[in-house]
Amino acid sequence: MAKKPIEPFLWALFSVGGVVAAFLIPIHLFLSDLAFPLGWLKAPGYESALALVRHPVSRIYLFVLCSLPLFHWAHRFRYTLYDGLQIKHLNELINVLCYGAAVLGTAVAGYLLWNFP
Amino acid sequence: MRSNELNGTPRHTPYHPKWYRTRVSTYWWLHQWSYLKFVLRELSSIFVAFFVLITLLQIRALSQGPQAYAEFQNWLRKPLLITLNAVSFFFVLFHTLTWFNLAPRALVVRVRGRRVPDTLIAATNYIAWLAISGIVAWLLLGG
Repeated sequence: MAKKPIEPFLWALFSVGGVVAAFLIPIHLFLSDLAFPLGWLKAPGYESALALVRHPVSRIYLFVLCSLPLFHWAHRFRYTLYDGLQIKHLNELINVLCYGAAVLGTAVAGYLLWNFP
Repeated sequence: MRSNELNGTPRHTPYHPKWYRTRVSTYWWLHQWSYLKFVLRELSSIFVAFFVLITLLQIRALSQGPQAYAEFQNWLRKPLLITLNAVSFFFVLFHTLTWFNLAPRALVVRVRGRRVPDTLIAATNYIAWLAISGIVAWLLLGG
């Protein structure tokens, strides 16, 4: 089975997504999904959160933060399914589902951030 | 006998002979800590995706107005969500640590023909990580 020319590109996306996830996700997850809901730290109010996300730089930042880690996930998850569960014969289907989900997530992120009020 | 079979051009037979191979258990990754670590690292990607999902929902709630945003904040306070996010946090940290520890091996940096020591590359990553986390926290906490 010949390697498809798209493989190096997907691997690059995996790698860049891994870097973005490693540097940025822990602090965002800790603050937004744990410290703020638990009341450990004061969450930004609606108005300030809106103002923060509305800024074009924040929108590009959030787009990158959402999109690239999804491609990182797609790459790792498909290998987890092949190796972990030994279902290599479903290769094509798994690829379509994983990368399809990453593309869909990217589209949703783009849509939400582009149309952000 | 066996070597002759392998050397010759195989003749097509409708029933291809299969030689004995031990079947690898589906739970092979539980047998050794290094295998388990590998699988945990791979599984961390699920929590990365989960974080993105929550973030997208949060952005959507924010764009729908103050009430939707407040409802979303309440939803995040549910014990189930707190638990999932706590587990998620540990997996994401695991991803960060394993990623930084692998970085020197993936990226060999040479300065004046000398290889920069792995620990220095890893240390640079950790320092950059702390700095970036500090900036993000400062911005989110209202600068």
